[in-house]
Amino acid sequence: MQRSIRILSPCGILGYGFPTSSFERGLQMKPDAIIVDAGSTDAGPHKLGANVAIVSKRACKQDLSRIILGSKKLNIPFIIGSSGGSGAISHINWTLDIIDEIIKENNLYDMKQAIVYADINKDLIKENLKKGLVSPLGDTVPPLTEDILNQTNSVVAQMGVEPIIKAINTGAQIIVCGRAYDPAIFAAFGISKGFDSALSYHLGKILECGALCCDPGTTKDCMMGELHETYFDIFSTNEERYCSPTSVAAHTFYEKDHPYLLHGPGIIQDLSKCEFKAIDKHTVRVTKSKLEKTDPYKIKLEGARKVAYRTFVIAGIRDPLLINKLEEVEELVKQSVLEQYENIDEDSVKIQFYNYGKNGVMGDLETNKTIAHEIGVMFEVIAKTQDIASAICASLRSTFMHYGYEGRKSTAGNLAFPFAPSDVEFGAVYEFSVYHLMSVEDPSALFPIEIRSTKK
Amino acid sequence: MSNYLKDLAKVLRSKNSGPFQITLDVLFDEIDNYERVKKANIFTKDNISHLYNLDKKDITDIVFFDRAMGIKVTMNRKVSSGTCFDRDVYGAQQHAPLLDILIE
Repeated sequence: MQRSIRILSPCGILGYGFPTSSFERGLQMKPDAIIVDAGSTDAGPHKLGANVAIVSKRACKQDLSRIILGSKKLNIPFIIGSSGGSGAISHINWTLDIIDEIIKENNLYDMKQAIVYADINKDLIKENLKKGLVSPLGDTVPPLTEDILNQTNSVVAQMGVEPIIKAINTGAQIIVCGRAYDPAIFAAFGISKGFDSALSYHLGKILECGALCCDPGTTKDCMMGELHETYFDIFSTNEERYCSPTSVAAHTFYEKDHPYLLHGPGIIQDLSKCEFKAIDKHTVRVTKSKLEKTDPYKIKLEGARKVAYRTFVIAGIRDPLLINKLEEVEELVKQSVLEQYENIDEDSVKIQFYNYGKNGVMGDLETNKTIAHEIGVMFEVIAKTQDIASAICASLRSTFMHYGYEGRKSTAGNLAFPFAPSDVEFGAVYEFSVYHLMSVEDPSALFPIEIRSTKK
Repeated sequence: MSNYLKDLAKVLRSKNSGPFQITLDVLFDEIDNYERVKKANIFTKDNISHLYNLDKKDITDIVFFDRAMGIKVTMNRKVSSGTCFDRDVYGAQQHAPLLDILIE
């Protein structure tokens, strides 16, 4: 076993970009692997439901080109997690198409590739649902039903380290993973080289966000992690970014429900006893990370379904007479429109107003009662089809524009539209319909590996 | 002397923790400030539910992590991220009510 290994993480999400100088400096330090996370559920259910990527193809190709050439130059493996953002087969194929272009343009046909798929067969989930092996992740997640599964476009699961280690052991140089637990792609490399799983996972938890644990922090710059037998060191390859014990410790908070107990596939990381020590002004040494394996081994399922279509309008209001009774008028406008469409099922049509300058951001959670002198109002109609949404939204807009509320002076119009036309067809609205844990016996069985190469 | 939380904390932020929850982080870079806020007993389910018009049952966690000088509050979303009637897909602007908490 090597005494230490280095892992270079170019950025927090593949396609977010990174300075070439930081990356080149990273390559000069002779890392043993380049590993990058490409995924997130942060941007909402639309990416998974509609099979679209989280970054543009151009941005992804720009990052991938530099990474693949770097990996080739040093002859080291390159691993992508949660390819294409959501890590379903369509997102993997989108990523593979870009990889093929790069390989063709640079004549790199000898780079062996492995794919680890993360799509989960819905019939298997239905069987496991009957056996009681599937449970909601959190008390506000609706229970899963066969109907919901039938309406869900595709379901992926976050893989743990096990299938990724198998892919690494095939000797592939480019490993394209479907949906993966963000730290797992990094942890798998450390564990496959014989390093402690707790340290490997904790290092992964930091590296998956790029240089976000630095001061100044960003997802758009390179980080290096150096794993040793009883500790790891972490630093940015950009000398303008500093890691301190506080900045690295604080990063364990990021995007998680608990600051030091972190749940992953088949594991719980316990960072409560971790020690963070400054080695120099750029580098922090981490010791005493702990990890427990869970029994049963549970994987997180993610799926999205189309629920409706939306049409919306943005407008401004400057008249204080209207601003002072805005919610009241909006309710009257809404009722008037619903009366105009008596034959439409009210339950299938939803109308909402967002009053920016009042409580647009926080809605019911807003407790500040200050009212601004002008309000940005956005209103939307949600319906079963785009046609219905647009028809009702047009009525809503014209009714709101001309509504003669009590005390009105501005009899020519209530709204300032910044654009013509004012109504915007948004398209489909999705929701996370599957966000559940499923117990599995074999952590690798549901994540098949395929070896491929780019054809000339 | 009393201070606002925004003047004592180094980081005050909110973000999704998965699509069904939002998590608030209050991080400090000086132990005195952290200890002072911790001792002020502001971070209770009563106070947070009042500040956010939420039921106490929807505040799932309030955790103090001394080693990292940070406080984490995790709450259930009323609407899951990015679907009909959500107002903040990333949950990135739900921290503001914390800024003006007065610490005695």
